[in-house]
Amino acid sequence: MKPAAPMKFVSSNRRVREDRRFVAGQGRYVADVVLEGLLHVAVLPSPHPAARIVSIDAAEAMKMPGVHYVLTGEELAKATDPLMNGLDTPNVRRYPLAVGQVRYAGEWVVAVVAESRAQAEDAAEKVRIVYEQLPYVVDSEEAFDSTSPPVHAAHGSNLLLDKTFVWGEVEKHFAESQRHLSFRVVWGRNSTVPIETFGVAAKWDPWREMLDVWASIQMPKYPDQIARALRIPLNNVRVHFDVDVGGSYGVKRGIKQSVLVSHLARVLGRPVRLIEDRLDNMRAGDAHGPDRIFDVEIAFNDDGIVNSMKMRALDNVGAYAGRSPFQLGKPIGAIVGPYKIKSVQYRAIAVTSNKAAQEAVRGFGQAPTNYAIETAIDKVANTLGLDRIEVRRRNFIRSDEFPYLIPSGTHYDSGDYHTVVAKVLAHANYEGLIRERDALRAAGQCAGIGIAACLEPSGGNSAFEPLLNEKNTTTTWMDSCRIVVDGLGSVTATIHTTSSGQGHETLAATVIGEVLEIDPDLIRIVRPDSLNSLPSNTPVGSRMAIMLGGAAFHAAQKLKAKIVRLAAHQFGCAEKDVVYGGGTVSHAASDRKFAWAEHVNIAHRNFHLLPEGMEPGLETTHVMQVPTGTKLPENGRVQMYPCHSFEFHLVLIAFDPVIGKPEIRRYVIGHDCGTVINPRIVKGMTLGGIAHGIGASLLEEFVYDSEGQMLTQSFMDYLLPSSHEVPKVEIVHHCTPSPFTVFGQKGSGESGYLGAPAAISSAINDAVAPIGISFSKLPIRIAAISDAIAAAGELQTKVKA
Amino acid sequence: MKVTLKVNGRLRTADVEPRKTLLDTLREDFLLTGSHAGCEHGVCGACTVLIDGEPSRACLMFAVQADGYEITTIEGLAPAPGELNVVQDAFCETHGLQCGYCTPGMILSAHALLEHNDAPTRKDIVEAISGNICRCTGYGQIVEAVELAAERLRQTNVPRHVDGTRPNESLGDSTTTDAPKAAHTPHGARR
Amino acid sequence: MKAAPFEYVRPDSVAEVCEILAADEDARIIAGGQTLIPMLAMRLARPTKLVDIVRLKELRGIRSDDGAIVVGAVTRQVEVERSALARRALPLLMKALPWVGHPPTRSRGTVGGSIANADPSAEIPLVAVTLGAEIEIENSGGRSSMPADEFFIGAMVTSVIPGDCVAAVRFPVWSQPRLGTGFHEVSARQSDFAFVAAAAQVVLDEGGRCIDAVLGLGGVGDRAERIDVSALIGADVARFVISDLVRSATEHMEANSDLHVSADYRRRAAAVLGTRALGDAIAEARAADGMAQ
Repeated sequence: MKPAAPMKFVSSNRRVREDRRFVAGQGRYVADVVLEGLLHVAVLPSPHPAARIVSIDAAEAMKMPGVHYVLTGEELAKATDPLMNGLDTPNVRRYPLAVGQVRYAGEWVVAVVAESRAQAEDAAEKVRIVYEQLPYVVDSEEAFDSTSPPVHAAHGSNLLLDKTFVWGEVEKHFAESQRHLSFRVVWGRNSTVPIETFGVAAKWDPWREMLDVWASIQMPKYPDQIARALRIPLNNVRVHFDVDVGGSYGVKRGIKQSVLVSHLARVLGRPVRLIEDRLDNMRAGDAHGPDRIFDVEIAFNDDGIVNSMKMRALDNVGAYAGRSPFQLGKPIGAIVGPYKIKSVQYRAIAVTSNKAAQEAVRGFGQAPTNYAIETAIDKVANTLGLDRIEVRRRNFIRSDEFPYLIPSGTHYDSGDYHTVVAKVLAHANYEGLIRERDALRAAGQCAGIGIAACLEPSGGNSAFEPLLNEKNTTTTWMDSCRIVVDGLGSVTATIHTTSSGQGHETLAATVIGEVLEIDPDLIRIVRPDSLNSLPSNTPVGSRMAIMLGGAAFHAAQKLKAKIVRLAAHQFGCAEKDVVYGGGTVSHAASDRKFAWAEHVNIAHRNFHLLPEGMEPGLETTHVMQVPTGTKLPENGRVQMYPCHSFEFHLVLIAFDPVIGKPEIRRYVIGHDCGTVINPRIVKGMTLGGIAHGIGASLLEEFVYDSEGQMLTQSFMDYLLPSSHEVPKVEIVHHCTPSPFTVFGQKGSGESGYLGAPAAISSAINDAVAPIGISFSKLPIRIAAISDAIAAAGELQTKVKA
Repeated sequence: MKVTLKVNGRLRTADVEPRKTLLDTLREDFLLTGSHAGCEHGVCGACTVLIDGEPSRACLMFAVQADGYEITTIEGLAPAPGELNVVQDAFCETHGLQCGYCTPGMILSAHALLEHNDAPTRKDIVEAISGNICRCTGYGQIVEAVELAAERLRQTNVPRHVDGTRPNESLGDSTTTDAPKAAHTPHGARR
Repeated sequence: MKAAPFEYVRPDSVAEVCEILAADEDARIIAGGQTLIPMLAMRLARPTKLVDIVRLKELRGIRSDDGAIVVGAVTRQVEVERSALARRALPLLMKALPWVGHPPTRSRGTVGGSIANADPSAEIPLVAVTLGAEIEIENSGGRSSMPADEFFIGAMVTSVIPGDCVAAVRFPVWSQPRLGTGFHEVSARQSDFAFVAAAAQVVLDEGGRCIDAVLGLGGVGDRAERIDVSALIGADVARFVISDLVRSATEHMEANSDLHVSADYRRRAAAVLGTRALGDAIAEARAADGMAQ
């Protein structure tokens, strides 16, 4: 639903209030939290991809200056419960430290606690561990093979999940289609790697039996998981949400670090802190993301209409599995992309291997899946000799077909893909772009135009959990807001999660200000701790505009309703005759009114004037469920997320055929996320997402050699895009509001990232198409481009000769 | 070892091991937590401070090496508590940040650029911030912030070193023996 | 990533530096620290003692001396970038410097540090080798010098022995009027170590014939190398096919493979970038006095 009147604060270019403290260096990140008597942790990593731990000798380490404790996995496993898995795989057990054996090179084996981090590192070097190496597997297909050495012997194999869904008459559509093609693409293991690593500090107060936790965290049910692992009631855990998080983009799950540190705090009776250094983080932190092989078959007609798709997605989750296998499940909610593909067969396979454990990444598996889908559409067009945009137009869901039910059970709420594309082409001067590409080619460059169209499912819930694990019956995925108007009339609202740059304080204040018709800058937003908070599931799944926006809206509406009821009682009239305007309530017939301060005063001080049954004071709360999220899956179908933003990327890339270094010469993105609550925040999300996508498609990869050693251990080898590598991006807006949200807003937390890798891959493949080669693995490295072109040239020479 | 550092115009003393970096000393001994650790090996730039007005990585310096220089951290930029300087305010206006972690380093790099170049091109700005990695913004609104700050500074009467000279050389370093140093001229002078 | 403990000393003279280094094999020089400190942080290097030389005036400065430019070892890279003398006399070095790291690393990193580190893909060693610079070394026996291509032995390996301190780099200056330079590099990102870098310098006579030419390639093998372009000398540059010359010189070069690029890539890129650098140098030399292109 969308308010009829133009809005005063929503959609206007307001400053993001959080920026003020950050530009002054006054953010409060976990490493800034001062705790008296704080001790520091350093971890010792495993040198082997798989080995039995024969012995651990910490005697020398314990004698080092400043050392308090050396913790082993064995001790931790006695005192804590294993960390939660998402799938039903009870024999895949995970603790913060290796127990009995190490399962990947870099896995944390021992934790040393000392007066300073430097002393802890000095001591960690002195711990003597004897290993007996075991067979290991790193390659995904090898891990899928049942003869590979299982990472978890008790589980029996490396197979965590192998589930095939058939939605619609796949075989019939394949049989009836005139054309078929099949291909493989590989999404290399990478992630969104924030500049701040994960850090956590914990303090145990035995007098109050309270565990206080400060962390750089973005994890639903975080306090819950700490409580479970430590075997303490959840109301003995107090997580402080007012810690600023230095970027997360999905990854900061922090459970093993937090359980480790919390246990140590309890044992030592002093606050304990672990701040991952970059090596800790890259090797074994929550740093790795999807590592996926897609095998795709498409059934289509001569006119480019795609009838059906079969997709096999094999993901290498690494040595342990928390939530990460669900990254194969979430994309089911947009498995056909923006297209009217009639049926889909989807086989989701998750395997363990002796690599670092994978964690959630921005989009939760959607960006890799879009890469596969968009590659398919490009291939359809190229096979038929049709324009790639035209093929998309023919397959797009039309604007008059919403809500549109896709084969896997999700209704897409709204959209107008054709208009967004038209706007982008007009803005970019598509014909001119083609001429520019051709001119570059004529001058001896390889040049290509890349295209990607995709959806951003938003308003995240966890419908993929019951879909992939039948024992899980979760359908509730809440968020909340509380508003208090104090005795002097100031408005304070609370939000119940950490944020990592998404501007939630600004979002909540803007929404509440819009409803109450008061200046958002006068509304204070605070973050209580977890014991003072209402339920929240944190900013995952691009959900906060919808969920926090929705909760704040409803809480504010309730407040307004209470004010109106109070006023009606004073005026002696019906509530419908009270006019609320700008915080003032009035009654036209009697010409009476109360300014804000006056009715606040009545609520706080004049109980005798309140209507029957009204509580004194002025505060309201709202706890909200995800719109449309009401049912468990049925027959492998479920409504995944409620809202679907759309993005269309158009990119021009050129490079020298020998040097092979791609240069992005033009980047235009069409973006439709419904009503935009704060334009600057949304712009930032899109541009940042595209930068992540540039990294994923051209630069970033966690590379393992065949001995299971990770070669990209630091920022010297894991290459993050700098200002040189990200071009100026032109954003073209469109707005198709969602019918399910309070202002028509959809999410945009993943925008840009979901389509950029596909678009860049598409451009490079268009550039090398005249040579007859293509690339099917991300990232596409400079040398790979040059080597492939050179090989094609040699082949041509051989063929000619 | 005892070390005396001049930070944001004040002399401050700390007793540190030689291996303690300038970054850790600023954060732990002087409680100036605006400079951040992102990688501790000199790539990400989150630890950027100004040494004699030049952006430098505080994680690539030990505190014992840092005496005798003018060290400026983000805390030294705001004109007064609760006030923002032109560059900081421009970042707020364009939303040239999200999580804020790279922001102090980014702003100091921008500030240093604008001290010596009052009309930077996009290319100049990109080069000046190329040593500061941001994972949130994709740099677009950061470049806009620096352009906006440049425009606003051009309209103010704030003296800057726009003729290309450096601010006063540090007490410890010797100067190069070639071209004589041009005198510091106030804002408005052109090279 | 905290360094292992070490002692820190800041001697007042080069002589003292050399004494300390000679007495303790595990003592190391620190100047700008931009390369050393990451290694210390990762505990890949564990010196017992750091000997800070960066404030030694005797090792600092850029001066002209007998047809050469002598750059003191602890001169910051940014100082060379801003030096009017270096700009006039060492145009090739000026083209290379913007590729060295980023502005913040150039503000602290030193010329001597880059030389002593001897990364195979580093730009300053490449220019030193290309121009036939001399590396001046100080030790307890006094100051000596050796040609750059003898100083650089392999990847991160130079001829220095315990007790040595790199003191200065002496770059020869070509004073002829029709001089041109060219510098090209390819790396994954702008500020990364080069996969391949090419540096060229050329001088022409009034008739457009080449009087002298040098071409160096870095990043291909274990150290920067000069390529034999003597065939160009005496030739009429307008008619000379540079690409053939460069390709034949590079197609069998020893090249390294690593995580990011293959050996074949390095050779291919060397041919292209070497050709471009030489081509730029020639074009610049021709334009130096308004000759038709």
